[in-house]
Amino acid sequence: MKRSDPRLIVRPAPFLKSAMTTQQAMLDVLYALIPVIGVSLWCFGLGAILVLAATVIGALLTERLFSPASQRIPLRMDVSTLVTGLLLGVTLPPALPLWMAFVGGAAAIGLGKLVWGGLGQNLFNPALVGRAFLMAAFPTAMTTWTPYQGPEGLFTVYSSNLAVPLMNSAFDGVTAATPLALIKFQHETPPLYPLLMGNIPGSLGETSGLLILAGGVYLLLRQVIDWRILMGLLGSVAILSGSLYLLDSAHYPNPLTALLSGGLLFGAVFMATDPVTSPITPKGALFFGVGVGFLVVLIRGFGGYPEGVMYAILLMNAATPLIERITQPRAFGRGGDT
Amino acid sequence: MRHRFSHGVHPQQNKELTVDLPIQRVPFVGRYVLPLDQHLGAPAQATVNVGERVRRGQRIARPGGFVSTALHSPVTGKVMAIEPRRAPGGKFSPSIEIHADPFATQRLTPNPPIDWLSLTLEEFIHHIQWAGIVGLGGAAFPSHVKYSMPEGKKIEYLLINGAECEPYLTNDHRLMLERPDALLQGIAIVKRKLGAKRAIIGIETNKPGAIDTLRAQIKRIHKVDVMPLPVKYPQGAERMLIKAVFGYELPATKLPRDIGIAVNNVSSLVAIADYFGSGLPLIERIITVSGSGVTYPANLIVPIGTPLREVLRFCGGLREATKSVIMGGPMMGQPIGSLDIPIVKGTSGILAFTEKEASTTFELPCIRCGRCLAACPHFLNPSRLGRLAKARRFDEMRAYRLTDCVECGACSYACPSEIPLVQLIRTAKRESHQR
Repeated sequence: MKRSDPRLIVRPAPFLKSAMTTQQAMLDVLYALIPVIGVSLWCFGLGAILVLAATVIGALLTERLFSPASQRIPLRMDVSTLVTGLLLGVTLPPALPLWMAFVGGAAAIGLGKLVWGGLGQNLFNPALVGRAFLMAAFPTAMTTWTPYQGPEGLFTVYSSNLAVPLMNSAFDGVTAATPLALIKFQHETPPLYPLLMGNIPGSLGETSGLLILAGGVYLLLRQVIDWRILMGLLGSVAILSGSLYLLDSAHYPNPLTALLSGGLLFGAVFMATDPVTSPITPKGALFFGVGVGFLVVLIRGFGGYPEGVMYAILLMNAATPLIERITQPRAFGRGGDT
Repeated sequence: MRHRFSHGVHPQQNKELTVDLPIQRVPFVGRYVLPLDQHLGAPAQATVNVGERVRRGQRIARPGGFVSTALHSPVTGKVMAIEPRRAPGGKFSPSIEIHADPFATQRLTPNPPIDWLSLTLEEFIHHIQWAGIVGLGGAAFPSHVKYSMPEGKKIEYLLINGAECEPYLTNDHRLMLERPDALLQGIAIVKRKLGAKRAIIGIETNKPGAIDTLRAQIKRIHKVDVMPLPVKYPQGAERMLIKAVFGYELPATKLPRDIGIAVNNVSSLVAIADYFGSGLPLIERIITVSGSGVTYPANLIVPIGTPLREVLRFCGGLREATKSVIMGGPMMGQPIGSLDIPIVKGTSGILAFTEKEASTTFELPCIRCGRCLAACPHFLNPSRLGRLAKARRFDEMRAYRLTDCVECGACSYACPSEIPLVQLIRTAKRESHQR
């Protein structure tokens, strides 16, 4: 090698890279969440945004404090943790005490991700682990819903939001039943239109079916989420709840209501499609989606809770390694369907 | 009927840099280095001694076995050394160094055309082997091996690979544009000798000029078809090409010849036509020199053995900002650490990349997005293979069809976390083989 030659970097082929990066995929999820967050401000006021801020701070702080230094991603690039915090936040009741939201964010990252070995290693969806943790720790606060506020209540901060940690505080006078609770306990069918628009009681980002679907379409177009999971899930819920409705329309909601109510759409678009905790194989993804849908209908129809999306997804997360094992793709030229 | 192969990727082509540039001949330089193992199989054995004078086109090494081929001197000159030299893979290989005679005309000794019609198949195969002809698409697999059939089997179809699916490369495209007659002559020879019924030239639709030129030249009596193929990488991989042209998924345990197909690159067939037409053994080849680091990109005829430095000098040298130089295409090529490495028979191009293209990667953990599975043309699970490779669990990797991987690099291309999947798999293959 002559002195005049440039210093050449030797690194392996290929030398071309597709434009999509993991950072970009995370950012896409963030963009898809923005309308959902916007609607929660509109429906439930500033208190909802404070809950989101508390989960995000809890998540980011836990990541900073407890992730091994060798794996730590610089804060400005750490969209993944931010997304986990936000995903947890939008599944919480708007009037949740902020300190609980903070603990939930910490649990999501700590128990949902870091103990497994960090990004990409966890078996369960971290945001849902955080939510399940809160559900077990604070069952009353997690199931106390506030009514739709509308633009007049834009700056509402619920007094329960500001509850002092570990002190039992009374909740605001006004509470409201979610559509799913109405179905389950009063056997009333809520009207469809509010389910689309979001002006109903519920978790702060799960109420507007329309905006969640818009986010889902964006993520599908960007190929960030797998259509097989989404379609498998929505399809199986539609078919199974449809069959139940046909059998007994007094007790069970019609399939459209079943699809639009509760956390189903949000769970289908943002939670079940988490690539880390769903099967990587195409067949497995479809299987996974159908499984989640089946469990949702089962829990909603026959379980003790009005809503079952969270546990359905967590249960299928646990089944993911097994699903993958039996759905490995058939290699090219290795028998099968040719 | 139109078929296609499943999966694959669509990298940016970047062929416009050189696609309109006619093939030029590189002048002779002073020094040539010829590695004896520049084809797949057993290395050739030198038949000349240090200090001996050689003519251009004279044989300087004989095949070292059946899966091996001969080597010829690209220039008239003197053998200066037979010793290990740095070869394209980065390792040292026994090589013959020849210094060109500055006073020689380098004109080829005229040879009468070989009467190929009267040759038997065995004689034909012998000719191909001793002419040093190998697959010029990149793998450098000795061509004659493909033509030697086990007892009772016969080639029905000759499949000609004009896909040129690697981005940047335009050498095959230019060859089809400029020498369609030689290509058809090569096809005619091989088709006749193997007794094949039909020949099919597969060309990606990003080479409309080549498709039109060849179609204009082909007459019905030739029994040759041109089949345009949708642009997708790795179209030129043998099994993918067979799937795209015939719609047949070749079983992984079989070779193309087991189902009566012989796959040849367009340049290899032109080399065969040139050999039987003028007695010219494989002593030069066409390459593309391209990339943002090259001052004047070009398509060139280069004598085998020319050091990279001399080829790049002919193209105006490397730009200041050049960060890496690659031999071959950008998807499967080999990175080069020294410009003293020579052009070998399997070199289809030289690419030089500046900062922009050679940017260093920031590897993130796998988020199991599945893009590598959707990219892999062999339907493997690169994510899983990469994980197992990092854990050095090679035996488990075999169960995941490690050996089916053709190292096309589509998985690494697709990976959003920039995990060097194909490199992990390649290393694992080698290490599990050694154990």
